[in-house]
Amino acid sequence: MELVLAIAIGILAASGTWLLLRPRTFQVIIGLTLVSYAVNLFIFSIGGLRTGADPVLREAAGDISKYADPLPQALVLTAIVIGFATTALFLVVLLTSRGLNGNDHVDGADGTP
Amino acid sequence: MSQHLLVAPIVLPLAVAALQLLAGERRQRLVAGLSLASCLALVALATMLLLDAAGRAGGGATTAVYRLGDWPARFGIVLVGDRLSALMLLLTAVVALAALPAALGRWQQRGHYFQPLFQFLLMGLNGAFLTGDLFNLFVFFEVLLAASYGLALHGSGARRVSAGLHYVAVNLTASMLFLLGVSLVFGVTGTLNMAALAELIPAVPENTRALLHAGAAILGIAFLVKTAMWPLGFWLPRTYAASAPAVAAMFALMTKVGIYVLLRLGLLLFGDGAGPASSGFGSDWMLWGGIATIVAGVIGMLGARDLGKLAGYNVVISSGTLLGAVGLQQPAVTAGALAYLVVSTLGIATFFLVAGLLTPDGGDDEADDALALEPYEPAGSDARGHELYADEDESRTVIPAPVAMLAVSFLACALLLAGLPPLSGFLAKFAMLAPMLDGAPRAGAHALFALVIVAGFCTVVAMCRAGIQIFWADPDRSFPQARVTEVGAIVLLLGLCLLLTVAGQAPLGYLEAAARQLHDPGNYVHGVLSPEGAGP
Repeated sequence: MELVLAIAIGILAASGTWLLLRPRTFQVIIGLTLVSYAVNLFIFSIGGLRTGADPVLREAAGDISKYADPLPQALVLTAIVIGFATTALFLVVLLTSRGLNGNDHVDGADGTP
Repeated sequence: MSQHLLVAPIVLPLAVAALQLLAGERRQRLVAGLSLASCLALVALATMLLLDAAGRAGGGATTAVYRLGDWPARFGIVLVGDRLSALMLLLTAVVALAALPAALGRWQQRGHYFQPLFQFLLMGLNGAFLTGDLFNLFVFFEVLLAASYGLALHGSGARRVSAGLHYVAVNLTASMLFLLGVSLVFGVTGTLNMAALAELIPAVPENTRALLHAGAAILGIAFLVKTAMWPLGFWLPRTYAASAPAVAAMFALMTKVGIYVLLRLGLLLFGDGAGPASSGFGSDWMLWGGIATIVAGVIGMLGARDLGKLAGYNVVISSGTLLGAVGLQQPAVTAGALAYLVVSTLGIATFFLVAGLLTPDGGDDEADDALALEPYEPAGSDARGHELYADEDESRTVIPAPVAMLAVSFLACALLLAGLPPLSGFLAKFAMLAPMLDGAPRAGAHALFALVIVAGFCTVVAMCRAGIQIFWADPDRSFPQARVTEVGAIVLLLGLCLLLTVAGQAPLGYLEAAARQLHDPGNYVHGVLSPEGAGP
């Protein structure tokens, strides 16, 4: 499972980075989204991967080693919410730029015909 | 003193922004009044916290700790107030108090929700200065960045949106790096509390230490993007030049958030107490990165074609100087660097406001373009030069009062930024440079020393050139009418710089104590982690 997750994060991060460096705003926003998925998965995995383990204690005197670390899950939730909001904001800026400049180049001016 | 004073600088702008959203855009007077009251209250709060921090010099805990929900520090969220935080809070409040009236005049009406966004920006800044753990630092960074995206785009227009697009994309990517760094550090140490991290780092096993360093380095890159270290800072001059003047004045402070975090984390986590393998980690990068940043900033400044860019490159030079000085990790240099931080922030904020007043106030789209400077042409090489000087008429050299006031402010900004006497810019630079070569200086210290002086000289050249072209070369240039509020903001900031010059010893004493406190993190760690804590 670790290997699959690591490969998935790697592919997401690599393709996201490639798209980030492209000249079209739509490619940039998809790139940002992919990178943020990679980062979110990475945060989720830092507590160690466990199958079927609860993050919240069920009884007062439970064995903590049977539970998953809840903190990364809380962190990733916050990161997802913030990332979603900022991506939405970027989308608005992107559309405004498209409307004002008449093209979707990141510099507002298209070098190629 | 009330125990809850420490959380007030975060809660107050949040509550005010919410009220302003409820009041709506129509009731402008109410909204502006709320903003002004909030800024005045923040200045008062920050002053109280500063006096409180200064009063803690004696024995006992030197930091004020506020536990949200009263959970112990290792599990809960803490806010920590020490001398540096209090200083940054006061600086934020003062710059905000000056930027706000400057915005009330022309800029507020150019878009929606300026005032609530401004308050959210203040909330994010104050939170970033007060928080005691890494993840909340991320959250407050996002709050201030989200507000700054809105403010950078305030007024719209093709140039601003295009610059804003770059700004948002770069900062979103930096936020991803921030998250990566935070999660790596958490993976290695199992905590995000800064004090607990400082305690754990010397004991990190050798096989995971490289991972910890990688996490810290990625975190550092995220902050260096905000600080605009070369080559991570190409977004800065264009964005700042395109923003509304009052917003740019606040942005001058935002690069200092990166410096603050680097200073805080660098000395807390990787100071002398971090063990032989980790102490001083990253300081060489900061030193040489700072040197490269100064060079890049000077080149950009000498080539700048408009006042906004000129001010933007001044921000870059200021960042580079601070990075280099912080990277040296000597207490005396750190004290001087703090003085330089305060003065250069005030100076650059003033310069942005002055540049805003010098911008011709045309239609909405015309005003997009900051005042363009004439391209440099050697005198006598063309007919235009002769014409200019031949027609000089004594009767036209009478300078009207507002222009004289602007010229004096411009001159004062130039003196402050270049670090020339008699203003406080000189004192700050002197306080930073004098101890830099004491003892056995590090490899880059001489280069930094020389470059800071060269950068000062180049600032004089660039500012003189701009000043001559604006105030002397073209007597027919029309200046927009300055409002009382806008002039008042400039007078407030310059007056403060003058006050710092006259007061001299007392502020420097405070900064020296702050630097000592930073270089001795044991007290901070103990103050945060002790079970009872030394609450205010």
